[in-house]
Amino acid sequence: MRRIGIDVGGTNTDAVLLDAGSVVHAVKTPTTPDVTGGILTALDLLGRHPQVARGAIDGVVIGTTHFVNAVVQRRGLAPVAALRIGLPTGASLPPFCDWPTDLAALARGAVFMLEGGHDYDGRPIMPFDEPRMREAARQIRGLGLKSVAISSVFSPLDPSHEERAREILLEECPEAAVTLSYQLGRIGLLERENAALLNAALADLARVTIAGFRAAIEASPIAAPLFLTQNDGTVMSAETAMALPVMSFASGATNSMRGAAFLSGLQDAMVVDVGGTSTDVGQLRRGFPREANSVVEIGGVRTLFRMPDLLSIGLGGGSIVTGAPLRVGPASVGYRLTEEALVFGGRTLTATDAAVAAGLVQIGDTAKAAAVSRATAQAVLDAAREKLEDAIDRVKTQAGAVTLIAVGGGAFLVPDRLQGVSEVVRVMHGDCANAVGAAIAQVSGETDQVYSEMTREAAIAAATAQAVERAVAAGAERSSLETVDVEDMPLAYLPGNALRVRVRVAGAMRGRAG
Amino acid sequence: MDLEPITLDDIECLAVGAWILGTGGGGSPYLGLLNMRRLYAEGHEVRLMSPFDLADDDRVAVVSNMGAPLVGQERLADSRNIARAVEIQEDYLGRKFRAVMSLEIGGGNGIQPLMAAAHLGLPVVDADTMGRAYPEAQMTSVAVGGLMPYPCALYDPRGIEAVVTKVPDWKWMERASRKICVEMGSIASTCKAPRTGAEVKAWAIHFTVSKAIRIGRRVREAQRRHADPIAAILDEAQGRQLFRGKVVDVARRTTEGFLRGRATIEGLDEDRGSRLEIAFQNEWVVAWKADGGDMAPIAMSPDLICVLDTVTGHAAGTETIRYGMRVTVVALPAPPVFLTPKGLDHVGPRAFGYDLDFKSVFEP
Repeated sequence: MRRIGIDVGGTNTDAVLLDAGSVVHAVKTPTTPDVTGGILTALDLLGRHPQVARGAIDGVVIGTTHFVNAVVQRRGLAPVAALRIGLPTGASLPPFCDWPTDLAALARGAVFMLEGGHDYDGRPIMPFDEPRMREAARQIRGLGLKSVAISSVFSPLDPSHEERAREILLEECPEAAVTLSYQLGRIGLLERENAALLNAALADLARVTIAGFRAAIEASPIAAPLFLTQNDGTVMSAETAMALPVMSFASGATNSMRGAAFLSGLQDAMVVDVGGTSTDVGQLRRGFPREANSVVEIGGVRTLFRMPDLLSIGLGGGSIVTGAPLRVGPASVGYRLTEEALVFGGRTLTATDAAVAAGLVQIGDTAKAAAVSRATAQAVLDAAREKLEDAIDRVKTQAGAVTLIAVGGGAFLVPDRLQGVSEVVRVMHGDCANAVGAAIAQVSGETDQVYSEMTREAAIAAATAQAVERAVAAGAERSSLETVDVEDMPLAYLPGNALRVRVRVAGAMRGRAG
Repeated sequence: MDLEPITLDDIECLAVGAWILGTGGGGSPYLGLLNMRRLYAEGHEVRLMSPFDLADDDRVAVVSNMGAPLVGQERLADSRNIARAVEIQEDYLGRKFRAVMSLEIGGGNGIQPLMAAAHLGLPVVDADTMGRAYPEAQMTSVAVGGLMPYPCALYDPRGIEAVVTKVPDWKWMERASRKICVEMGSIASTCKAPRTGAEVKAWAIHFTVSKAIRIGRRVREAQRRHADPIAAILDEAQGRQLFRGKVVDVARRTTEGFLRGRATIEGLDEDRGSRLEIAFQNEWVVAWKADGGDMAPIAMSPDLICVLDTVTGHAAGTETIRYGMRVTVVALPAPPVFLTPKGLDHVGPRAFGYDLDFKSVFEP
């Protein structure tokens, strides 16, 4: 398997070639405003390496924060027609009801609420109101809305009303980009619907951006299918990413943790990713980041996305040092490090300058670091260590010392000895861990359903079988699939020993022959 | 008579405080809060009434949303449903209500009376019948008081309306109304047996709405000032910290239609080296602590056992608590009505199947 992994970050675009389980070559280039230019440059740089030019590439896997940034920064969003099926329930809380006003103003094209949806036991709440659906579809066409989000009560258990609504919609509006809420998720109508609405708002941007990714690959010497990484550290096809751009929201952080696991060979460890401005600390469990257990807000919108449970602190290579009492960060010179840091001839004392003065790393003009006294350098590194120790302790889920993998461009700030850490592991290509994470991304399948009148074992087996089929449909090699997460919860008040089961499986991507 | 207007900020605080008083159960108040934000944006306002301003022969509607919290995440709370349940009860009784009151202040049901009150133009009585959340119909102060358990009105927005007109006791009310609730989709808006003003004054648990608002306000203030929200809760509610640690195991099972199980928390900070286990039946019921081998019960119902997110001070529910969460466990004092021998029969540890003599955290 030969794969190229690319991470499109806020500052740099990194690319690596992975062949037979090891990193052959890694490159770094500045991210461009159009995103595509940076990728083209990175692929071009990578393509010049003799071992890249030799032999076919099985896939180019891109991780990007482009779509989540569009929501946070309120740019590139399309107006959405929201269609909810579930009346007479939930009428007082229509789509967009808990959105920030500014974001709702950009994304709310029109709202329609129709009779239909299901109860937890599979009975329809009401028959689906098809005549009203057709009327709504005609109004959507009349309004010229091109992006539509459809949600239905308990659709993760029975998506038939959402699917029928899409059929009718496409008969009237054949060009519409349609998001069905059940494709995004879990029980929790408002949060699932919010994800569908965000996704529909990103439809245009996703089409243009992913077409740009494809164009960059076509213009490069590399011929390979395009994949994008999603929040859980697995891949989706370019087609899926175009249909479900929200699934890439957390892929940057996830990729760096997965890359750290791969480069170190460790499956259960803590990962610290030190960048220019901030440091993310997270916990690997069986090679995947542990997920956050609370509701995740994206740009102020409540969702149930599966996001890694990360603690971000204001510490990085560009952290500005201020005196009396000495403080390191959270302010940072960011991408201006190469102009403002002392070692680059600038006038700002940064954490990088202290590390250079202490002889931990050679960056820029090391002679210029002589301006930093030994005592000051040590005080800065001590302050950084204390911040790291505190963050590690907060993320820990078990007592006792942990193994820590240090990655990212600022990993030199992580000392070899830290309180609560048994060993600090440093890895080759750790500064491109996120691109490595993209290159090794797996394929997954997930299910989340309520079962009744079944034993716990039978319910988990049924859920696992469904998750496996979903993973295979998404391109996984069946024989490689492993269960990575099982969660079961008996449901209070429901009859028949009702059990909610969530199963996720992941495995290797099928080769092109398979 | 003083009718205190409740501001939207009060309701934001109520949502936080009611979730804490839910002692793990009752469901998140978030959807109720969204309904109230909408009603206030439309110009509604709800007023709070002291229970002692009720006339003895006033009638008070006791409301709650009954059913599975999971279903509530899909069939979203709609303020008009609970108002309709009150109207069904009025039609059946042939008499108007003077005010609305919560069955349980804990969890989402702490907000239900406000939703009904906004539509009906009635005040909300500053009281409830649990002072927290409890899983069963007989676990209320009015059941301890031996008051009449019927009639109970149930409503489903498809236009299904039911009244359980007569039952021999509270446990039969639990069984009969639960069956109807399940047919409605395991969710129903309910207006329980009405109470007279005299009954509310004698048997309700007083000033719990304003208590929940005060607790929520202290948490929100502490968050704004980056102060410790747990300390603020303990100070406001005269509580006691029991344990601080990380959740290392949660075992859940369904028996007789309830969520039962046990959460295990490993100590951190001053509790490092010890372990706390808390049993639950929808709500937290008994907590045992182990310092070495032996487990000893250190807190039990009716004392309120609250499991809180150590950083935010927000409550962790028995359905949502998960491995790895950092939590602080606190006890808050029980309403005095539950500390009587009859009260302990209804809600003491033996009512939940634990052969323990009740000993309060707050006994000297």
